[in-house]
Amino acid sequence: MDLVWEALKDGVRLLAHNDEDVYSITIRSLYVSGVATVISLVLGIGAGAVLAFRRFPGRLAVLTLVNTGMGFPPVVIGLVVAILLWRSGPLGELHWIYTTRAMIIAQAVIATPVITGFTAASLASLDPRLRLQVYALGASRLQMLWLLLQEVRLPLLAALMAGFGAAISEVGASVMVGGNIAGQTRVLTGAILLEQSRGNFGPALALGIILLALMISVNALFTWVQIGVRDRQRAEASPGRAPDAATMTSAGALLRR
Amino acid sequence: MRRAALCAAIAMLIALELAACGGDANSSRTGAAGASPARTKARGELILATTTSTQDSGLLDVLIPMFQAETGYTVKTVAVGSGQAIAQASRGDADVVLVHSPDAEKKMVAAGAGIERTLVMHNDFIIVGPKDDPAHVRDAQTTDDAMKAIAGAKSKFISRGDDSGTNALELKLWKAVNIDPAGQGWYEETGQGMGATLQVANQKDGYTISDRATYLAQRKNLDLQILHEGDPALLNVYHVIVVNPEEHPNINIAGARAFKDWIVRADIQQTIAEFGVKDYGEPLFFADAGKPEPVP
Amino acid sequence: MSAKLSARDVVVRRGARAVLDLPALDVESGETLAIIGPNGAGKTTLLLQLALLERPAEGEVLYDGAPARGRELALRRRMAVVFQQPLLLDRTVRKNVETGMSLRRIGGGERRRRAEAWLARFDVAHLADRRPLALSGGEAQRVSLARAFALEPEVLLLDEPFSALDAPTRAGLIEDLAAALADTRTTTVLVTHDHDEAARLGDRVGVLIGGRIRQIGRPADVFGEPADAEVAAFVGVETIVPAEVIARGDGMLTLSAAGHQLEAVSAVTAARALVCLRPEDVSLSAPGERISGSARNKLPARVTRITLTGADARVELDCGFRLVARITRRSFEDLGLREGAETVASFKATAVHLIPVGVSARAETH
Repeated sequence: MDLVWEALKDGVRLLAHNDEDVYSITIRSLYVSGVATVISLVLGIGAGAVLAFRRFPGRLAVLTLVNTGMGFPPVVIGLVVAILLWRSGPLGELHWIYTTRAMIIAQAVIATPVITGFTAASLASLDPRLRLQVYALGASRLQMLWLLLQEVRLPLLAALMAGFGAAISEVGASVMVGGNIAGQTRVLTGAILLEQSRGNFGPALALGIILLALMISVNALFTWVQIGVRDRQRAEASPGRAPDAATMTSAGALLRR
Repeated sequence: MRRAALCAAIAMLIALELAACGGDANSSRTGAAGASPARTKARGELILATTTSTQDSGLLDVLIPMFQAETGYTVKTVAVGSGQAIAQASRGDADVVLVHSPDAEKKMVAAGAGIERTLVMHNDFIIVGPKDDPAHVRDAQTTDDAMKAIAGAKSKFISRGDDSGTNALELKLWKAVNIDPAGQGWYEETGQGMGATLQVANQKDGYTISDRATYLAQRKNLDLQILHEGDPALLNVYHVIVVNPEEHPNINIAGARAFKDWIVRADIQQTIAEFGVKDYGEPLFFADAGKPEPVP
Repeated sequence: MSAKLSARDVVVRRGARAVLDLPALDVESGETLAIIGPNGAGKTTLLLQLALLERPAEGEVLYDGAPARGRELALRRRMAVVFQQPLLLDRTVRKNVETGMSLRRIGGGERRRRAEAWLARFDVAHLADRRPLALSGGEAQRVSLARAFALEPEVLLLDEPFSALDAPTRAGLIEDLAAALADTRTTTVLVTHDHDEAARLGDRVGVLIGGRIRQIGRPADVFGEPADAEVAAFVGVETIVPAEVIARGDGMLTLSAAGHQLEAVSAVTAARALVCLRPEDVSLSAPGERISGSARNKLPARVTRITLTGADARVELDCGFRLVARITRRSFEDLGLREGAETVASFKATAVHLIPVGVSARAETH
């Protein structure tokens, strides 16, 4: 335990000297994983809505794929993306290998099944009549989607946190397609790996703590929003009056559990 | 509230993009946005495939920023084992390689994948092991004896097992004494770089072969001792090779040549020769550009 | 044609089965059409077709005489639907009422005004800032109604809007709905399984059995003069007896059934008919007692089964055929009836409704 504490102090001191580097690595981690999460949000919500609402041949197969995708080894995804983006690969002309763009792509591929699965499950759990009611109110398909997504905003926030977590804690794919290049594509996870392989435990640990702190802050923000939504709902409910089952929207039903 | 949160998130992402660009050591829009196709046609980027030993020693952390600052190229240094570096370059997925695996390098040039193979520097390999030295490697006169001693005592030996230059040399040493360690209980392969492999050997009290530079850079974290050194068979020679533009027309041939010419320049060679002296008390590399090839 | 909403040759299938088959159905502008039928008859399917929320496998729905196909969204924005569940969104009551209006591009000020007005109209204005979680079933359904009326729809469709509520809540809401419908004169289609509701709110009542409209007409006609045996059974005519016409004259018929002679006021010309009697129209008296009133049909009968409900007694009798009577608890107690007891059942000739035997499956009366 002593060793760890000494190493940690060393690490913090060393990192403080290169604080320019640590700062830019941290910002880059946030940027890459942030953009990847946004992309997977857009893709995942669209795909999740289609999965939840459309009956098409092979729907079960796609659902299985999505569920598998959630637990898919990120390093394999990294390998596939790398092979596609290498100069010798089909997309080599783009010169995207060893750039943050490639890392964003790989992380988006990793996070999208997570968000798709969450979105599909939460939309499918809504009362099927609700969709009809929303259409009856005069909604177009897009408006219907927008309204129902608001109904499941709490699970969606959870999906967002899960997706971001998957992206920012990923190391194999990011290093493979990004190259872990100093000043260009090195992110926190890659930096930790590098310091460890050089035997510099102190800086590795310190970077690990920074990564943890980052994830906790982001999740704290999302959780705060989530609780804020729920608390406002509770505050607007009248105390002392038990609602009966007929009035529950499914979001409400989720909360009451 | 929702709309405000959404706007705040988008604003944050935009701020991040700007910050990520500004915080890099290089010119604008390199790191954060990634290379755009147009830029690589210009001064642009250069993919340098090199070995983990070179990176772990810290030499490249000094050289690369100097090269970038002077020439304006953006160097993407990809540190993998020599074997992979050469394979990658042969596919055209790198512009220039800096490796230390002479036999594999010669094959690469013979196959026409690489040109202008130029001597850069050398250091040597050492056999390191636990302080108590159960196989008595310290007493071995030659490297052959040392290897035979380890095998004979069935002492734990940690190999990189990753097709790197270091690994290639290690296998050559086993072959020289007609021993095949593969599959034996005392022989373990990590599949990782030199730094990681030294860690493993350190934790398991095993022997391993390392380049001097990496060992010195990590010495403060290791209990392993230098038990055998100095044999000419342990010379570790680095060459720079340019990828053949006739095989792969879309490589950055100008940049590759620029790097090759730069790294053998007198003043850079001087930097190489001085590297490590301040921190470790001895140089990690010996500059060799222009000299005759060392006898392996 | 003045029909606001029509279905022509509409067939809806689930798998290979046709669950709805409507050669023709018209909803007149300004009327309230109540659709009743047993569970699984296709009532909700019918409503979803008319609401343009689903498309039929065959046939078409017409709006103001023109086909609705291709412009469903625009037409849906001129209608409103209330379902059995309130189906409110997770937002305040006020915002719920305003949502439909903003989808229809009604401006902010107008939205607020209408929301206030209709929430007040349905007595839920004090809940405007609450969320659905906090509402009782009745309150939530009132909000759903307010939401629908605030849209000022040309057509209002309701799918069993009160069946999930308890009796007193239901009664109150029915009255409020009736008043709102009377004021706005909105063309309305009400699907319900409650006959009282249908009779109270409907200008016309349609009976849907097995996916087909068997009878459609004024409530009195449908409930008092069912077109065939199935409709009769469904609308609560519990005594249905096959009989032969043995004499005719002066608008009266004499029929024979199970050895009894029955007299009915009817213009039916067929030789055989089903005698239909509502239980409320049958009175019971002690044997030997002198029966007052003008009941021309008096039959001795034996009590086979007694069912006591809150205010009534339903008495099944055997007089050669099965006869069902509904009398007050007071009368029941006065007669001291028990199973197996002998009594006399009597009913007026005008209470008898005859269904000619051999009539086709659908009849439209009046």
